[in-house]
Amino acid sequence: MLSVQNLSKSFGGVQATRDVSIDFPDGSLTAIIGPNGAGKTTFFNLISGAIRPDAGKVVFAGQDIVGRSSLEVVRLGMARAFQVAALFPSLTVKDAVTAAVTSHQRKSWTLLQRFPLEGTQHRTDEILELLGLSSKANTLSRNLSHGDQKLLDIGLALAMDPKVLLLDEPTAGMGPDERWRMIGKVQHLWEVKKMTVLFIEHDMDIVFKIAQAIHVLKYGAVLAQGTADEIRRNQDVIDAYLGTDHHLAHAAGQE
Amino acid sequence: MKSGVLRDLAVGAVLVALLLVLPILFPKPALRDFLIYVMAYGLLAMSLNLLVGLTGLVSFGHAAFFASGAYMFGLLMQSGTVGIPVAMLATVGGTAVLALVIGAICVRLKEIYFSFITLAFQMFIHSIILTWVSLTGGDQGLRGGIPRPPFLGIDLNDAMTLYVFCVVVFILCIAIMRQVWRSPFGFTLRMIRDNPTRANFLGADVVRVKLGIFVLAGSMASVGGVLLALFVSGAYPEFGFWTTSGEAIFMIMLGGSQLFIGPVIGAVLLRLLDHFVTIYTDHHGLVLGAVILVIVLGLRQGVADYIVDWLERRRETRAAAASVASEKGAA
Ligand SMILES: Nc1ncnc2c1ncn2[C@@H]1O[C@H](COP(=O)(O)OP(=O)(O)O)[C@@H](O)[C@H]1O
Ligand SMILES: [Mg+2]
Repeated sequence: MLSVQNLSKSFGGVQATRDVSIDFPDGSLTAIIGPNGAGKTTFFNLISGAIRPDAGKVVFAGQDIVGRSSLEVVRLGMARAFQVAALFPSLTVKDAVTAAVTSHQRKSWTLLQRFPLEGTQHRTDEILELLGLSSKANTLSRNLSHGDQKLLDIGLALAMDPKVLLLDEPTAGMGPDERWRMIGKVQHLWEVKKMTVLFIEHDMDIVFKIAQAIHVLKYGAVLAQGTADEIRRNQDVIDAYLGTDHHLAHAAGQE
Repeated sequence: MKSGVLRDLAVGAVLVALLLVLPILFPKPALRDFLIYVMAYGLLAMSLNLLVGLTGLVSFGHAAFFASGAYMFGLLMQSGTVGIPVAMLATVGGTAVLALVIGAICVRLKEIYFSFITLAFQMFIHSIILTWVSLTGGDQGLRGGIPRPPFLGIDLNDAMTLYVFCVVVFILCIAIMRQVWRSPFGFTLRMIRDNPTRANFLGADVVRVKLGIFVLAGSMASVGGVLLALFVSGAYPEFGFWTTSGEAIFMIMLGGSQLFIGPVIGAVLLRLLDHFVTIYTDHHGLVLGAVILVIVLGLRQGVADYIVDWLERRRETRAAAASVASEKGAA
């Protein structure tokens, strides 16, 4: 289980994370929502070791991982995809995933053999298949469409064979149809891989449809948490969002 | 994978054959000398490109290891205690240690800061060479010649033997670098070049990997220095001056950084340019600068990279044309 306790972080005067405590049970699919600047990405940065919290604990794999480097956190089994797809522009889709798989197998220092190593091919094909990227295996990462770039970013994270997967706005910058296709893939992944998945998402329809648990952040603090139904009825959430987020207002009004 | 190795071996064999046949076909010493220069500086540029083209680390101070190779080897040989093979191995090992120490400090810095600190270390080493006159001969260079005692029945005092020896060493180093280029480690380097933050989040130990390639590239550069010292029978502070690093960067820019053999092509081009330009004009730097400007602004990449891209584009248009044609045929 991944458990966050009393996590806080300030940047100068900005309190990006305020006393956040959340438990993420093994195998759960959890959405983190909140307006822009609410501190969602910062929350991911804190638990993945990218930045160090001012206070609080992150308990993962039975230990407090605060102070561990992002490298150590990855090796413990937590991988992430980024709000803006973080890729290797000059590598083909296949080479990029293969390199990530190689790294996961702790073979990034192998000098006396040629790339790709035989033991990586199967994993790479599996990941490309799972994400529907097989037909683009030989495309350079920089030539992929926006949607495929977001998929490849997730594919790289999957190469780490993670127990916990953090997805920062997997549907960012996509049109309505593409969003649903993307989120369908995320849900499929989660079902197949039985991972703990945390995702940040703006589209309330999507969140209410697939998330088991929802945590609403505002000004860095947890405003509300619960199931889709609980969040829909939560007065704080409705107050906070009404007039600011059309989707939630709309979704809440449907009740 | 297997076929890749076979192809590399075939290309290597052709290269060796070419290098051995050329001086037999044209037995002028000038050609041999030219090729030895190309090989020595080629190793400097090729090894620098492991940093620049493969890892995205633009070192301005790579010639420090070229000089370290020349001086360590020269001093060891002048001491008269060891033979050429041992001196070469000790030189490469010694330079590796030097690169480890310098690299441990440099690779933590990013981008322009990395470039500047490598430049600073090079200036530091250059000034040590200049000031420690009793050891290095200062600005006069390592004088008195470098002895070449025969080993295993090989006598490098014979010009042709020396040439063949240089070819063998050169090709060996190229083979090692080719293996690095195509190995899983080489792809870790590409990940770091393209996106170090992401590489870190995928379990690559970025700082240590960078240090690893820094040491390897430095060691390879020292072999270039050894060849040059053997050939000119001396070592000079210019080997470690910033202009020498600059020349290596020119070679990479001329030839190309993405095709493995690009920097050697650059070395050939730069040496040829040097040669002919000095024959026809005294304004040698001016012409050289102009040529480089034309290549950088005109092609926007090295010559070899440009040709590879051009072939790629042509193949793609042909493939597209063929598929259009076959669709029409089907319809
Ligand atoms: N590295 C940083 N340095 C300074 N301020 C930051 C940094 N990262 C985030 N912030 C600030 O923290 C707040 C939360 O940002 P972020 O976590 O990116 O929000 P979200 O992802 O919810 O849109 C914002 O006010 C942002 O400007
Ligand atoms: Mg964000």
